[in-house]
Amino acid sequence: MTYIPHTEKERQEMLAAIGLEGIEDLYQAIPEEVRFPELDLPEPLTEMEILDELVALSEANLDTRHFTCFLGAGAYNHFVPAVVDHILRRSEFYTAYTPYQPEVSQGTLQTIFEFQSLICQLTGMDVSNASHYDGATALAEAVILALNHHRRKREKVLLSAGIHPQYREVVRTYMRGMGLTITGDESLETGIDDLASMIDEETTLVAVQYPDFLGRIDDLHALGKAASEAGALFCVVTNPHALGMLTPPSAFGADIVVGEGQPLGIPISYGGPYLGIFTTRQKHVRKMAGRLVGETKDTRGQTGYVLTLTPREQHIRRERASSNICTNQGLMVLASTVYMAAMGKQGLKKVAELSYHKAHYAARRIDALEGYSLWNTGPFFHEFVVRCPRPVEEINELLLDFAVIGGYDLGQEFDELKDHMLLAVTETVSKAEIDHLVDALEEVANA
Amino acid sequence: MPEPLIYDLSSPGRIGVRLPDLDVPEAPLPEGLVRDMLPLPELSEIDVMRHFVRLSQLNYGIDIGFYPLGSCTMKYNPKINEDAARLTGFAFSHPYQDPEAAQGNLALMYALQRWLAAIGGFSSTTLQPSAGAQGEFTGILIIRAYHDDRGDTKRNKILIPDSAHGTNPATTAMSGMDVIEISSDERGNVNIDELKAVCDDTVAGLMLTNPNTLGLFDENVQEICDLVHGCGGLVYGDGANMNAMLGIVRPGDLGIDVMHYNLHKTFSTPHGGGGPGSGPVSVIEKLAPFLPGPVVDIVEEATDELPPLYGLVFPDKSIGRVKSFHGQFGVLVRAYTYIRMLGSEGLRAVADHAVLNANYIRVNVEDAYPIPFNRICMHEFVAEGHWSDAPDIHALDIAKRLMDYGFHPPTNYFPLIVPEALMIEPTETESKQSLDTFIAAMQQIAVEAREQPEVLKTAPHKTPYGRLDEVQAARELILCCRPDWLDEG
Repeated sequence: MTYIPHTEKERQEMLAAIGLEGIEDLYQAIPEEVRFPELDLPEPLTEMEILDELVALSEANLDTRHFTCFLGAGAYNHFVPAVVDHILRRSEFYTAYTPYQPEVSQGTLQTIFEFQSLICQLTGMDVSNASHYDGATALAEAVILALNHHRRKREKVLLSAGIHPQYREVVRTYMRGMGLTITGDESLETGIDDLASMIDEETTLVAVQYPDFLGRIDDLHALGKAASEAGALFCVVTNPHALGMLTPPSAFGADIVVGEGQPLGIPISYGGPYLGIFTTRQKHVRKMAGRLVGETKDTRGQTGYVLTLTPREQHIRRERASSNICTNQGLMVLASTVYMAAMGKQGLKKVAELSYHKAHYAARRIDALEGYSLWNTGPFFHEFVVRCPRPVEEINELLLDFAVIGGYDLGQEFDELKDHMLLAVTETVSKAEIDHLVDALEEVANA
Repeated sequence: MPEPLIYDLSSPGRIGVRLPDLDVPEAPLPEGLVRDMLPLPELSEIDVMRHFVRLSQLNYGIDIGFYPLGSCTMKYNPKINEDAARLTGFAFSHPYQDPEAAQGNLALMYALQRWLAAIGGFSSTTLQPSAGAQGEFTGILIIRAYHDDRGDTKRNKILIPDSAHGTNPATTAMSGMDVIEISSDERGNVNIDELKAVCDDTVAGLMLTNPNTLGLFDENVQEICDLVHGCGGLVYGDGANMNAMLGIVRPGDLGIDVMHYNLHKTFSTPHGGGGPGSGPVSVIEKLAPFLPGPVVDIVEEATDELPPLYGLVFPDKSIGRVKSFHGQFGVLVRAYTYIRMLGSEGLRAVADHAVLNANYIRVNVEDAYPIPFNRICMHEFVAEGHWSDAPDIHALDIAKRLMDYGFHPPTNYFPLIVPEALMIEPTETESKQSLDTFIAAMQQIAVEAREQPEVLKTAPHKTPYGRLDEVQAARELILCCRPDWLDEG
């Protein structure tokens, strides 16, 4: 049997030791009439056969190795140095579990400690946890932290319409039945200043994205100040890739910084597994959910690391726990830590700058095309919005003939952005590929 | 020998990865929004590789040895799964790609939805939840949405046996409902009289872990489900222990209405040092409209010439999204590969050998360790790590001493209903030799506990680190490293 080492002789010896005649005798507690169902599954394949099936399935998808990808919208195609996957394949890392036994888990624990440190330096925040599931759930956990901070006495959550639509959906799912008012994101017309004017003494959290879903980067000082004056917590959803270049959100007075860590060395992999970044100020550390690693000493005087502040967690506090989360994205933490170490100070700055300048070159060129124009009026990072001369869906279909995966169709989410496309440009795209996109867009405008 | 932090390996000006030069004209930088300092370390590629390889050597994993961590199902992680998830079309496809340009991914997800439903005896499945805990949360939201949809809004209680996973009460609290705890009887089953007393029209549902955290199959499971259904409630099944049930019994046939699976336990995807997990949820037919969206469905039936066209569909009364995009897709590929290679008979053999292995250890250590609720168990059992004639020795000491014998310790101090718990789950992928060496170590440790208790109190001795001071960690709360030199540039 696949992955089962027992021989018939061993099985018999083991049954005899237990005092049973057959394996089915192990199941007497199970109601007989429902015991041993036939499962409606296909006939099993061997390893040799399954690879053919998997290759066929994978090749039924378009991929960014064969097409130039200008699709971002929360999942970005970046260069990942080979060293990252070589470390990920170390089975000492991937076949371990949550480091409950620190004496034999220092590899995982020290990696998480280094991750927490690097993320603090990138965001400018005091403390980072060992990660959440993804950017969307990290934002939902930020709302929970704020509710607990105000002891549930404040029930209004302000979300900017510039936050990823799926993140806002996840927040609303998480808060079902909590009786909260979640508002601020009804219209794209609601700018940062308008959001600031909506803050009142009922507001528990104000959240904004930087760079936002439409690529825009705003100075958030005033919003941070307004939140702080009203006693609300201020949360910034960020893209860590952009922080290689941009002012860190801590500078705006953020109480919580969350984000999607996927751009830090994690393949787009059809949307997951990714990495939820969660950071906050020291004073909120005990209200922060999720795993946390701290430094200590062992009995031999060596510096080492352990999971800490575990009394916050559900296996001890049960219904009084701060959240039900009991895993992190361990392997994705490892990937991003190796990525940040390998890219280092200069590499992270350079990839951010490459993305920025290439995106601006692409935006300028597309803006100059007949029928297309740049929608963004203020500063943007590596994503921007283009008004198109025809439905985005049609353009994207035609672009496939040019081996190009076009941008995100914003009309799906925003009524006011029908026929608008969100394009992302990263360091992986060359000038020649941008020029090719521009030529293709020109050609398909009236095709 | 401890490994230095990456900061200690850094040297100013060192470069790890060379990147292409800028090939477009520079754009003006956004005024006032550019950071003046990026405080990060600087390393070469060989520094990075050696650092993380050395760190990996401080870890214990399934590929090193026996890992009987109860409740976690630490089975072998097949290597083909790792190759599968890295195939170009999977790893390099974008979640917002047009579904027509992602038919391979959607076909795989559709098959996995169906297979999980078939394995559990349910009608429909969502693959979106990121982990078991999020699957539970999804299940509880579905239960409440179902009652709300019928206008039955006074149901605000979730019943939870004391032998349930700790996440169950935390999940219930997160969803804003109240937890009512039910105790266990002397055979480790849910206390039926206590259950009867609380079943009324304010009960939204019951969360049942079966087999429970004692590794015991509840002998009254159908009566429990009938009681809860009888008062209008629904039964949530915690599928964390599904490894014992594969092809043995389908939870849907027992009366479970909604259940999550842990792909990283039952279906062999790696635990990754704490994640990524994946916690798909299956439901009976009447709950299908409430599943989180989108789910994968056939939007155009197959013809003689063409395969079916798959698409992403939002169920009618969906509770909404619980995660961005399509779940932990790379984990789904691994689970697909595993189920496809095992089939119905292979999965049945998984449960058979997982249960056989657990009982084999149980009968071989029962003379050396007290085992409360000692009867035929499923895939795991709980022993007590404490003896009246060795009063200074605790479960923790036994756990640490097992490391010296080359094993990962069992789960300890859980479940809470057994004092000094040692929860042992061998899984089906361990051979008899491997179990025999573990049994010998357990028996030897029981002897040491009486003859050389100091050896246990000061264990582990052969690991690279001795016991770590958790009290100091919580008191000093050093959660990140920030060397002075970082601020200089």
